[in-house]
Amino acid sequence: MSKHETPRGLTRRQLLARASAMGAFVVGAGFIAAPNAAWAIETTHLDSETFATLVQMARDIYPHDYVADEYYVVAVRGYDTPEQAAAITAGIAALDAAARGRGFPSYVGTGWERDRVDILRSMEDSAFFQQIRGGLVTGLYNQKEVWPLFGYEGESFSQGGYLHRGFDDITWL
Amino acid sequence: MAAPFDLNDDGVVVIIGTGAGGGVLANELAQRGVSVVALEAGGRYLPEDYLNDEWDSFGQLAWTDPRTTSGDWRVARDFSGLPAWIVKAVGGTTTHWAGASIRFQPHEWKAATTYGRVQGANLLDWPIDEVEMAPWYDLAEEKLGVTRTGGRAGLPGNNNYKVFEAGARAVGYEEVHTGRMAINSADFDGRPACQQTGFCFQGCKWGAKWSAAYTDIPRGEATGNLEVRENAHVARILHDDRGLVTGVEYFDRDGALQFQRARIVCVAGNSFESPRLLLNSASSMFPDGLANSSGQVGRNYMRHVTGSVYGVFDQPVRMWRGTTMAGIIQDEARHDPSRGFVAGYELETLALGLPFMAAFLDPGGWGREFTSALDSYQNMAGMWIVGEDMPQETNRVTLNHDVTDRWGLPVANVHFDDHPNDVAMRNHAYARGQAIYEAVGATRTFPTPPYPSTHNLGTNRMSENPRDGVVNRWGQTHDVANLFVSDGSQFTTGAAENPTLTIVALAIRQADHIARQMSAGAL
Ligand SMILES: Cc1cc2nc3c(=O)[nH]c(=O)nc-3n(C[C@H](O)[C@H](O)[C@H](O)COP(=O)(O)OP(=O)(O)OC[C@H]3O[C@@H](n4cnc5c(N)ncnc54)[C@H](O)[C@@H]3O)c2cc1C
Ligand code: SF4
Repeated sequence: MSKHETPRGLTRRQLLARASAMGAFVVGAGFIAAPNAAWAIETTHLDSETFATLVQMARDIYPHDYVADEYYVVAVRGYDTPEQAAAITAGIAALDAAARGRGFPSYVGTGWERDRVDILRSMEDSAFFQQIRGGLVTGLYNQKEVWPLFGYEGESFSQGGYLHRGFDDITWL
Repeated sequence: MAAPFDLNDDGVVVIIGTGAGGGVLANELAQRGVSVVALEAGGRYLPEDYLNDEWDSFGQLAWTDPRTTSGDWRVARDFSGLPAWIVKAVGGTTTHWAGASIRFQPHEWKAATTYGRVQGANLLDWPIDEVEMAPWYDLAEEKLGVTRTGGRAGLPGNNNYKVFEAGARAVGYEEVHTGRMAINSADFDGRPACQQTGFCFQGCKWGAKWSAAYTDIPRGEATGNLEVRENAHVARILHDDRGLVTGVEYFDRDGALQFQRARIVCVAGNSFESPRLLLNSASSMFPDGLANSSGQVGRNYMRHVTGSVYGVFDQPVRMWRGTTMAGIIQDEARHDPSRGFVAGYELETLALGLPFMAAFLDPGGWGREFTSALDSYQNMAGMWIVGEDMPQETNRVTLNHDVTDRWGLPVANVHFDDHPNDVAMRNHAYARGQAIYEAVGATRTFPTPPYPSTHNLGTNRMSENPRDGVVNRWGQTHDVANLFVSDGSQFTTGAAENPTLTIVALAIRQADHIARQMSAGAL
């Protein structure tokens, strides 16, 4: 289930066509891809709409506009297990129900982030929301691949530290 | 007999825990020819093992055995199972620590006298003072190689420090410098100078920062007088019918229960485990726990008035480069009730990597208010507040009989409520910290709540009168002559300063006392 994987048996064109038919992500049963085919993931225990909604929820909780979907996918793909599937499916169903209660077709069917955030606020204290949010703190921000997007440089010992690499290079003060 | 020692050797001093207190005490006793068995619950990790990665290092070194929390502190809500961020390893929390090493101010030894009556606070004067401690501080500074003492140069300031210093000067502070640090500014004691790698909290891979793990412990072992048994979790201290301790029961690395005899037992498991051990050692003779005739074991838990301030600027700072605690402002450390609270606080730079920043900037926070802050991560500068908090009898470590650890022992519950003086001090410090960053152009600042406690103090406090505390001026328990407390839990009050230099000074002094008493036949 690696990132940047193009799904087998689908051309990029087919993939785009099917993806756009289902919001941004879903490419048929248990198979989800970004509209631009930058990433794709095969889910085993969660159905594809559920997983796509989960990815959207993850982004709405910790939105970083310069962080691509693939990192959010990595952050939540650990929920695609037999143990977790039922609880996640129920949580996402509640999210969709809340959206419908506000007149939207579904959670991902809302137009504005603001509307989705209102829905999340209304269930902020739920165990489901707190589980997803808490998991993202490490699931998203502890991905080494994400760090450069924030400018964080990570490990430095092997490069001799910053003594000769700018520990005091500030110039604007 | 040379180390290793026999389980039945009742001539040894047994030390429980090998951190700032226990690790130093072990070496200092061994240097004085005393036979020592040090039992350490954690494993042994050295600079080559340390990881430049926040969560991986946490997984490697941190104490993650169960604990529970209660009280109004935010830690109980946000990190309910992790009241403290401390280490379980040979060398204890001196592997994680940042190295800030400053002495108490003279008046802080006499908090009750200086601050007067503070409603709800259980203030007490230490039975010792700055004159008595001065020579021991000298030895501690020499051992740790503290910068700006003993003719040693200060460290160079990193980017985070430069922002901090410029802001401090802009608001009129004068006592601003790169700190007195147990981090080498030049080669010292066989260890290199700081390479500014920026992972001080994860164990210094260069050994530039002092840690008992690779200084005192191996030196003690080299004398042949010290045996360190790692992965040895002490469960109970036993005593005879005269009320003297006879040794300790511990679970060894294979989970087998062992009994090590002892002439003297010194408890140095940090401020949760030390009282927990005394309470778990209750017997028919000591039904409320060992050394607890005062009822003060576990009480008066202090954690410093902490909190952080982060500032975001319109240009990069890259605070993670270089020493984590790279400088200090001491102007607010004085006692000046006109500010609306007693006692004082220090401000020190602090940097977290992106993973920890996400976890600690605003625990539980989410949405764009939160993420837009992290979007500016590389433009952030950070500082930490360290102030004296008020001891309160009700802030305490108790046994939680509903939760047990893997050995079946009741775990520590840590209860903490802020005292109004703590809240007033923290709010003052937040405002000053925000003003400092705004003075050099911060576009946004964050008064960040306290992290799980790194400074844990007071739960077996030192007192002149046996009624008021657990140990006397030597750290010897009032109730049991051959039982000592050797870590930060003996602090009577917390002072505004980071505690470790004082823990080390007290440990050296205690070693000297114990060795003398042993050779005089008094112990
Ligand atoms: C991130 C961080 C940064 C810090 N920075 C600074 C700083 O800059 N300046 C400063 O002064 N202080 C700092 N501190 C605090 C400092 O590390 C502690 O004050 C100091 O290490 C406490 O010493 P101690 O002997 O009380 O306990 P510790 O050093 O924690 O040692 C206790 C040891 O006892 C062991 N133990 C506990 N229970 C048992 C048992 N039942 N059986 C066997 N072994 C047991 C533990 O595993 C541990 O190894 C920092 C702490 C942290 C976490
Ligand atoms: S910044 Fe200096 S003291 Fe800190 S870990 Fe790196 S080399 Fe060690």
